[in-house]
Amino acid sequence: MPFKLVILWTDALIYLLLAVSIAYGIYAARHEHLRAPWRQVRRNPLAMAALVVLAAYIVTGLVDSIHFRMRLDVPRAQARHAIYSPQVLSVLDLLCAPLRTHVEQTYSAPFALYAFTPQMVRRPDGSHVLEYPRLRYAGAALKVPGDRGRDIAVRCLRGAVESLILWVAVAAAVAYWRVRRPGESARAAFGRLIRGETDTPWRAMLASLGAVILSVAAVANLGGAYHILGTDQVGQDVLFEAIKSIRTGLLIGTLTTLVMLPFALAMGVMAGYFGGWVDDLIQYIYATLSSIPSVLLIVAGILSLDLYMANHAAAFDNIAQRQDMRLLSLCVILGVTTWTGLCRLLRGETMKLRNMDYIQAAVALGVRSRRIMTRHIIPNVMHIVLINVVLNFSGLVLAEAVLSYVGVGVDPSMNSWGNMINGARLEMARDPVVWWSLAAAFLFMFTMVLAANLFADAVRDAFDPRMRK
Amino acid sequence: MIAYIIRRILYAIPILIGVNLLTFVLFFLVNSPNDMARFHLGMKRVTPQAIAEWKAEHGYDAPLLYNSAASGVKKLTQTIFFQHSVKLFVFDFGGSDDGRDIGYDIRQRMWPSLAIQLPTFVVGLAVYISVALMMVFFRGTYLDTGGVVLAVVLMSISMLFYVIGGQYLFSKVLRLVPISGYDSGLSAIKFVILPIAIGVISGVGSSVRLYRTFFLEESGKDYVRTARAKGLSEIRVLFRHVLKNAMIPILTGVVVVIPSLFIGSLILESFFGIPGLGSYTIDAIRSQDFGIVHAMVFLGSVLYIVGLILTDISYTLVDPRVRLG
Repeated sequence: MPFKLVILWTDALIYLLLAVSIAYGIYAARHEHLRAPWRQVRRNPLAMAALVVLAAYIVTGLVDSIHFRMRLDVPRAQARHAIYSPQVLSVLDLLCAPLRTHVEQTYSAPFALYAFTPQMVRRPDGSHVLEYPRLRYAGAALKVPGDRGRDIAVRCLRGAVESLILWVAVAAAVAYWRVRRPGESARAAFGRLIRGETDTPWRAMLASLGAVILSVAAVANLGGAYHILGTDQVGQDVLFEAIKSIRTGLLIGTLTTLVMLPFALAMGVMAGYFGGWVDDLIQYIYATLSSIPSVLLIVAGILSLDLYMANHAAAFDNIAQRQDMRLLSLCVILGVTTWTGLCRLLRGETMKLRNMDYIQAAVALGVRSRRIMTRHIIPNVMHIVLINVVLNFSGLVLAEAVLSYVGVGVDPSMNSWGNMINGARLEMARDPVVWWSLAAAFLFMFTMVLAANLFADAVRDAFDPRMRK
Repeated sequence: MIAYIIRRILYAIPILIGVNLLTFVLFFLVNSPNDMARFHLGMKRVTPQAIAEWKAEHGYDAPLLYNSAASGVKKLTQTIFFQHSVKLFVFDFGGSDDGRDIGYDIRQRMWPSLAIQLPTFVVGLAVYISVALMMVFFRGTYLDTGGVVLAVVLMSISMLFYVIGGQYLFSKVLRLVPISGYDSGLSAIKFVILPIAIGVISGVGSSVRLYRTFFLEESGKDYVRTARAKGLSEIRVLFRHVLKNAMIPILTGVVVVIPSLFIGSLILESFFGIPGLGSYTIDAIRSQDFGIVHAMVFLGSVLYIVGLILTDISYTLVDPRVRLG
């Protein structure tokens, strides 16, 4: 085989999460009490437009979560068995190969042809001059540097035409298969779609899909020839870093809640259901945990981990594994600081359900406690879990950036928005300012968090009984 | 009420013991006293004798949790955990690993933290409540909708953006305030004004939105309708009725943080180089000073519990129906 699959812990967990989400989707589609709130979410144009953007991020993150090691080209006589490269790549790395491999010397501005910092260059006649060297990859195909403006315009135009064709194709498909009523002409269906007269807000979704397609087309057409968002200190393409950071942000946002979910669910439901000493004990545990300031707990946990890794360096020889363990531990530690809130909500809700007639009837009929909890209580508190997961997501993504900035976040060598900001902050003191790393990190983070916030609001409005009118 | 407060304080003791145990386990799970000694003495070529001396000097020469060599009660008391935890309950924080008095350091560094936190808290609360009330006053108009959209947008912006953007704009371009640092007395104002502003702005989105829902919920109730029907002006309705009654949910979230203001914001302090308790903690963790970390976690938990008790008491002040028994 030309490659060997590498399954990191976080990869496994994110695909587990995907499987759980799909299973939930199938389950929800079959139950009217779950279908109704989701229908309400589906009718919200803003939420659905946000969902399209979020889906683009999620797909990027998933593609970036399939890791493998390439087989090295070693002459057959020398190698008895296959030798694989120690470098762990993901499918996204292959898709963005030009972005990944076009590494310059150091900083360069967006769309620049020349380096940002002057270098001593030796002239043929032996004299030395300080000049801005030409970049190795940016605009390499240009014959004269003056052609840059026209080249960019041509590429933009091509990207726009491509994305328009793709967008019209998608819109037509949606109009034909999803919007068209039996007996209606495709043209009339398309008209209704464009006028926004559909039940599901297809127009809003297609609008944000158009924006997504347009940006992807721009990257595809321009990314190979220029550094759209410039390069960083070691000459890495900033756009590529920002795209790679998507996975980190998504993982922090979702896995944190996921890793602590079983504990929060079990303890919250048990405390509410049994009451008495079980309740006292569980309340004691979460009162203790929540009374430690969460930042202190995170900082203490991460720095302990650092030390452990430094003392056991042999166990973390592979850089991808080290990054992965650090990311997972960060998720666990963040989870420890956030699960108490969920646990408390679940306890309260269970106490309310415990006194409902149907639970009393189940108790009277002699149903065992474990079965009551799994069959009758947990399905009825899942809406709290769902609201909690979606509402926590954006806060966690933002927290990652702050923690990485303070130095207690993900591994410093890992791609994350926090690390990008951390790496670029000192460059704000330069003159002229190196702003593109910061701008890229903030832009990517802002888009994802805003989309997540908009979607989470709609989910909360639909599922929270207090919000229902 | 006195009986209630005493009971709550007694409840706090097992929680604080738990906090101590947790901090202790977290720290010593990965660090042994030998590692700590080696770290402080320099990693290379440390004689076992030097390590033993360092441990004896700093009180790390006993077993961690259980001393099987001792007899009777001393099995539990002659341990690092006991020796380092019990004194905390009378707020004797002991000395740090480099020989400074932690209690003195905390008293010194508390003021810069407060100088940022207290104004942030007071100004923040005033701004959030007035903006939220204004949005409720204009509810249903474009001003309200625009305000909600703006709040979501502000919520989605990373705090780092405000910090870096603020430092760049006000310190580098406009040169109005220094980028970071601190000074004692009145000259501290120019150092703290930017962190305070950023602290307030970074909380605007989420707080305003939250308070707006509190006010809206309250203003839909019957007594508010009655007040309007009686012909009270909208301003009077909002301030006399809605604001007063919405104070209960607002207090739940607000009072609990008041005591923790002493601890300071770890993040703002490390960005702006303020020598407060937040940066003190970060430094301590970086230099693996267990004494300081332990003291700060303990202090944080105590303040949090005090905050919870204060919240309960504040309920009785704003809501006569609540009686603590």
